[in-house]
Amino acid sequence: MDDTILEARKIRISFGGFVAVKDVDLKIKRGSIHAIIGPNGAGKTTLFNLLTKFHRPTSGQILFNGQDITSRKPAEIAKLGIVRSFQISAVFPHLTALENVRVALQRKLGMNYHFWRSQKILRQLDAEAMARLEQVGLQDFAHTRAVEMPYGRKRALEIATTLGLEPELMLLDEPTQGMGTEDVGTVTELIRKVREGRTIVMVEHNLGVVSTLADTITVLNRGEVLAEGPYEVVSKNPQVMEAYMGVSAEEAEGTDA
Amino acid sequence: MTDIAEFEEDVPAQDRGRTRIGQAVLWILLLGFVLLAPFFLYPVFVMQLLCFALFACAFNLLIGFTGLLSFGHAAFFGGAAYICGHVLTAWGFPPLLGIIAGGLFAAVLGLVVGALAIRRQGIYFAMITLALAQIVYFFALQLPFTGGEDGLQGIPRGYLLGFINLNDSLNMYYFVAVVFLVGFLAIYRTIHSPFGQVLQAIRENEPRALSLGYNVDRFKLIAFVLSATLAGVAGSTKAIVFQFASLTDVHWSTSGEVILMTLVGGMGTIFGPVLGAFIVVALQHVLTGIGSWVQVVIGATFVACVLVFRRGIIGEIARLLKLHSV
Ligand SMILES: Nc1ncnc2c1ncn2[C@@H]1O[C@H](COP(=O)(O)OP(=O)(O)OP(=O)(O)O)[C@@H](O)[C@H]1O
Ligand SMILES: [Mg+2]
Repeated sequence: MDDTILEARKIRISFGGFVAVKDVDLKIKRGSIHAIIGPNGAGKTTLFNLLTKFHRPTSGQILFNGQDITSRKPAEIAKLGIVRSFQISAVFPHLTALENVRVALQRKLGMNYHFWRSQKILRQLDAEAMARLEQVGLQDFAHTRAVEMPYGRKRALEIATTLGLEPELMLLDEPTQGMGTEDVGTVTELIRKVREGRTIVMVEHNLGVVSTLADTITVLNRGEVLAEGPYEVVSKNPQVMEAYMGVSAEEAEGTDA
Repeated sequence: MTDIAEFEEDVPAQDRGRTRIGQAVLWILLLGFVLLAPFFLYPVFVMQLLCFALFACAFNLLIGFTGLLSFGHAAFFGGAAYICGHVLTAWGFPPLLGIIAGGLFAAVLGLVVGALAIRRQGIYFAMITLALAQIVYFFALQLPFTGGEDGLQGIPRGYLLGFINLNDSLNMYYFVAVVFLVGFLAIYRTIHSPFGQVLQAIRENEPRALSLGYNVDRFKLIAFVLSATLAGVAGSTKAIVFQFASLTDVHWSTSGEVILMTLVGGMGTIFGPVLGAFIVVALQHVLTGIGSWVQVVIGATFVACVLVFRRGIIGEIARLLKLHSV
């Protein structure tokens, strides 16, 4: 199969007159971890929204495994094997951790519209859900409602839920945002652990995380690609230093230690 | 894991005992009331309670368990009442078939209204449902079979299954009780089904449910149709009880009333809407003597409830006692 799992060709979106993503070309290599970085408001989340069809591009084309997915709906995208997480924590707050994961697993049972059937039937998924929780170290939280879990654990739960769908391509929007050093380490480890057999695209502000995990980095600024390549190359690019590194040098130091 | 075997949902360990007792108490109170009430209270009054309780529960399926605020539910309740009344009066249908006809009508209407409304969110959703319900009101006023301002009067109660005379008030009562319980159980089951689980996920975090591959709009539409259908069953039953279908049933104030009932009892709770409906209907009865001041008292009660019990009565009790799924 082709080396490229996801490709964006000149995608653009404008809100009113404001162009948030400007003719971006992007190729994601199968099996890689691809980081997207850039200053606040650069258009990273918007790019994610475009790739997962939460927004419809004003122009341009998106290909997944060579197939044009430009006019698909978000739910279809997930069924194809592209699952995203969100910048703000995306759990189901009043479901327990186990139930959160089960929501993802339940889809494959093919009885999601069965309103006449008891929910007890979902118990057949408990073992698998539990295994997913163990994978991210959440076994002790299985029967805790997500809203009562500490922030770092919620993000881990999100990853466990996403993994429940066995996505071929995972898009993570700032998985370590707002975390303390310890949690950042845990999540970094977790991503390293689950990358096996899949492709990961992540938006990440923490350069420590980016430099350890990412194979390729795309720097976005004002909706345009400023630079692309491995960390060593990108980090030495003078334009990037000006647009981005200056802003978050302290951030990088704070979390690198 | 075995200790949660009786729960359909995963209740945190420390709350399991209390939750089980709480649920049992509420079920016993409800069943006890439904079985015995006509011996202590005027049966027609209790039947009215049950019809509105079912209406509120159906409404709650939408607002409490799907997160959609419909401001046009009277269209299903009242629309079905007219259809049921018409097929009983003009076509001589038996009562059960009349209720089914009313329910089916509400289902189809729900499909149309739902399909148009779920494209929009929040206040726009509510406004579309209101606008469409106003159209139904207009038809209720204008169509020849509805009796216009006078409503549809003298709907025959007839014989249930051909031999149970519903003109006997206890027969009628237990028929209504069964309709209510079947409807209530249907809602209970829907909430605690694989479908209900996805609904809850959608209500809690719609973008996330979407990103997990759930066709959110379709789930909302199905919930809307189910809710409309049961509201229609409630309205049809009410038309048989009172032998009367009127413009009040399709009026927007009835849509407002059902919101009130649900909020007072506790939206998103299972028993709350029943209690809320009982309170509102009972207040209306007790206060009939004071004329249009009823609205003022009910309005004040509502404001007080919302200020003091933000989650509704059952909702607040559940919060204080840490009960789940009551
Ligand atoms: N739905 C929308 N309507 C209008 N403008 C939008 C919309 N979504 C995003 N924008 C604008 O597009 C720009 C890019 O926003 P985006 O959220 O993609 O940035 P980001 O790179 O993810 O930033 P951050 O690092 O803060 O998360 C911002 O100026 C934002 O205000
Ligand atoms: Mg962002």
